[in-house]
Amino acid sequence: MMGSENADGFEETNLNVPKEEMENLVLNGDGAGDGTGDSSNSAYRSAMSTLSNVHDPLSPLPTVLTPANSDPLTAPSSYIEPPSYADVIFSPFDETSDSEINGGEDSSLSPDSLSRSPSSSSSDYIKITVSNPQKEQETSNSIVGGNTYITYQITTRTNLPDFGVSESSVRRRFRDVVTLADRLAESYRGFCIPPRPDKSVVESQVMQKQEFVEQRRVALEKYLRRLSAHPVIRKSDELKVFLQVQGKLPLPMSTDVASRMLDGAVKLPKQLFGEGGASAVPVHEVVQPARGGRDLLRLFKELRQSVSNDWGGSKPAVVEEDKEFLEKKEKMLDLEQQIINSSQQAESLVKAQQDMGETMGELGLAFIKLTKFENEEAVFNSQRTRATDMKNLATAAVKASRFYRELNSQTVKHLDTLHEYLGMMMAVQGAFADRSSALLTVQTLLSELSSLQARAEKLEAASSKVFGGDKSRIRKIEELKETIKVTEDAKNVAIREYERIKDNNRSEVERLDGERRADFMNMMKGFVVNQVGYAEKISNVWAKAAEETSQYDREKQSS
Amino acid sequence: MITEQARNVMQSPRSPSSQPYLSASVTDPVKLGNGVQAYISYRVITKTNLPEYQGPEKIVIRRYSDFVWLRDRLFEKYKGVFVPPLPEKSAVEKFRFSAEFIEMRRAALDIFVNRIASHPELQQSEDLRTFLQADEETMERFRFQETGIFNKKPADFMQMFRDVQSKVSDAVLGKEKPVEETTPEYEKLKHYIFELENHLAEAQKHAYRLVKRHRELGQSLLDFGKAVKLLGACEGEPTGKLFSDLGTKSELVSIKLQKEAQQVLMNFEEPLKDYVRYVHDKLMLTRSDKVGEAEIEYREMKAESEEATIRFERIVKRMNEEIVRFQEQKTEEMGVAFHQFAKGQARLANGIADTWRALLPKLEAASSA
Repeated sequence: MMGSENADGFEETNLNVPKEEMENLVLNGDGAGDGTGDSSNSAYRSAMSTLSNVHDPLSPLPTVLTPANSDPLTAPSSYIEPPSYADVIFSPFDETSDSEINGGEDSSLSPDSLSRSPSSSSSDYIKITVSNPQKEQETSNSIVGGNTYITYQITTRTNLPDFGVSESSVRRRFRDVVTLADRLAESYRGFCIPPRPDKSVVESQVMQKQEFVEQRRVALEKYLRRLSAHPVIRKSDELKVFLQVQGKLPLPMSTDVASRMLDGAVKLPKQLFGEGGASAVPVHEVVQPARGGRDLLRLFKELRQSVSNDWGGSKPAVVEEDKEFLEKKEKMLDLEQQIINSSQQAESLVKAQQDMGETMGELGLAFIKLTKFENEEAVFNSQRTRATDMKNLATAAVKASRFYRELNSQTVKHLDTLHEYLGMMMAVQGAFADRSSALLTVQTLLSELSSLQARAEKLEAASSKVFGGDKSRIRKIEELKETIKVTEDAKNVAIREYERIKDNNRSEVERLDGERRADFMNMMKGFVVNQVGYAEKISNVWAKAAEETSQYDREKQSS
Repeated sequence: MITEQARNVMQSPRSPSSQPYLSASVTDPVKLGNGVQAYISYRVITKTNLPEYQGPEKIVIRRYSDFVWLRDRLFEKYKGVFVPPLPEKSAVEKFRFSAEFIEMRRAALDIFVNRIASHPELQQSEDLRTFLQADEETMERFRFQETGIFNKKPADFMQMFRDVQSKVSDAVLGKEKPVEETTPEYEKLKHYIFELENHLAEAQKHAYRLVKRHRELGQSLLDFGKAVKLLGACEGEPTGKLFSDLGTKSELVSIKLQKEAQQVLMNFEEPLKDYVRYVHDKLMLTRSDKVGEAEIEYREMKAESEEATIRFERIVKRMNEEIVRFQEQKTEEMGVAFHQFAKGQARLANGIADTWRALLPKLEAASSA
């Protein structure tokens, strides 16, 4: 994991250690100056003051090395916060990169919301926060008491008219999230629904409780924010119920997966007569299966049973004839693979950048210690010269190290887009799976229909041979004809469902393609602007050090 | 690397023929032999107008153990002088003999010979002349003489001897400063050198790691570039082309990093390592028997012999001169190394900025479209 959500924490931890060391070194060196070798120390101080007096855009930074400051390290956070830092850092002549950096950093992707595409207009606003995990206990009649579980506070702020209230806050447990995800999967077949966080059963056992709860809290927040970013799902009743209804979540828990396919089809009559999508269905209808479909429900359940019992029968596997769809599916799989690969390489890159920064910093520190040592022990002038040279190098190295680390925390934010889209690829697969299962339903019904009709024909033929009619056969034929009619209806419903899901697929994939392109472009832009900006800063730092040691430039001297 | 004055005086072939000069270079490493017996031979080219030497130019073939022989002879004969250090005799690296290792060794040996040639006292050594002039058979004979029947390398043998001597002198003189008048500076020097070596070694360690980091960052950018190119192949336009360009630039930056890694290794880490070797040797020197021996003599004969006093004082004086020389040389060399490092890093960063910057117009155009 790239842990972009921890970007600030990670930054802090890594900066603190070397800074403390540096503080000790510098302040001790200063304090120990009285008494031993005054001459060496005044040389040191004069070197320091020339350093801080030099006018250059980077001068605010080295305050950490100036002994004059009593608390050189009180403002480390100003180096991390982008706005003030960018103001200080960029040289005035480089205006394009300056504005780009500022712009880039402003629009740098926060993990919250992905897409900058015009589909989400800026006046729509919905923000979800997950916080405040607490332990609660299941009410139970036994003396021992029930299981404990964790609930999270989920706060929603929005100006969307659908929501009614502009701010709401509920407590939910993870199980409720699973329920929400399952209900959405049923209601929005064919849509690219963001995948919910894993149950992580193993991790919950192995990790420290606090760490695990925090990890889960972050994951929940990401998930809910993604849901609310989806133009159709954000208006769903299921989500609204989840976010606003106090107390127990009034959505039914998961039924067995095998029946989901059938349950989904059951809601169709209402949906078909409504707006398409669940928007017209009143909330309480969502909560129970539609009554009108009970016969169909029974039929489908029996059908399902017969399919699972009869492998050897004349039931073909899903035959997908739509070439375009098959191609698209291939492409999506390929894309997913490449996103996985890129995401992995991005992680390696981030690690390499971090290591570079760390080692550079350690090098700088080692030279600072050397400088201090040489100055303390100075007997010869050449030693003092050498100490000054080393100091220049050390200063540059420490500054460069800081820049590398900042570069990296920005890089993490940008490249996290790749990681986000891994989740979205799963959503696409889910949408395709919905389509396939709907097609399976249609094909199963078709073949069932044809076998029923064949039976009916046989019976009719047999009964017509008997003079006066065969009472029992005739009855059977009547029943069969009833079944055929119901099956015929079901087939029509299933076909319409299939078409609907196909449409959903198409529009979703199109929407997602557009969003993905926009997000990837933003990612690339942010990444490149970042690299350019920090490379320039680092270059300036070293150019200064090279200038300070220019008397050693052998290339200039003629042999 | 050598102080400018020394080089100019001694090594400029273009100076008028009346000006004495002596310069040597170590070139053309060639791997000879097989398996465990394998070794590298080098061409040592000497250019000089000194009368003691044969002709204006002489070329001989030498191997690492010949250099070791030379160093040991000088070390023995020139007490108090800072004899330049040799690169390590790495038993493991030897087997692999990578191109990088060979080049690094050659460069270090070249520096070694040149330092001796430009040292005011060492350059007059007869052993140096032998080393630079003698034919290969003669050289081999000299080398084997040193080894003797102990089957040890000369360096190891001498080291053992020195250790015994210094233990003796320690026992005789006690752990305390033996004679106040002669050794407070000496003790201070020893302590300084000891501390200095530690600090330098740490800096060198980080410098070496930094070389590795350059390579790692380069590699990860290469892999990243390939990955985004593949990703671009899946995407339609304009994203696809952008990814492809991003990948290409990433690969270019990777190449720059690899190049700089090599530069940092040769121009920064090696000089630092060399500095560490130097200081380490000085440490050995200050612990060596020569001074200790002279000290024993000094105490024993203080009352009676002027000669011992004079000899001791001469050694100390020479050591002090050497220290000054050493300090100045080091400051110069390190200054050069620092400057080159800073310049290299600045060039690298600039190059990286330019490479990435080329993408910005396209990215800008695409995202506003």
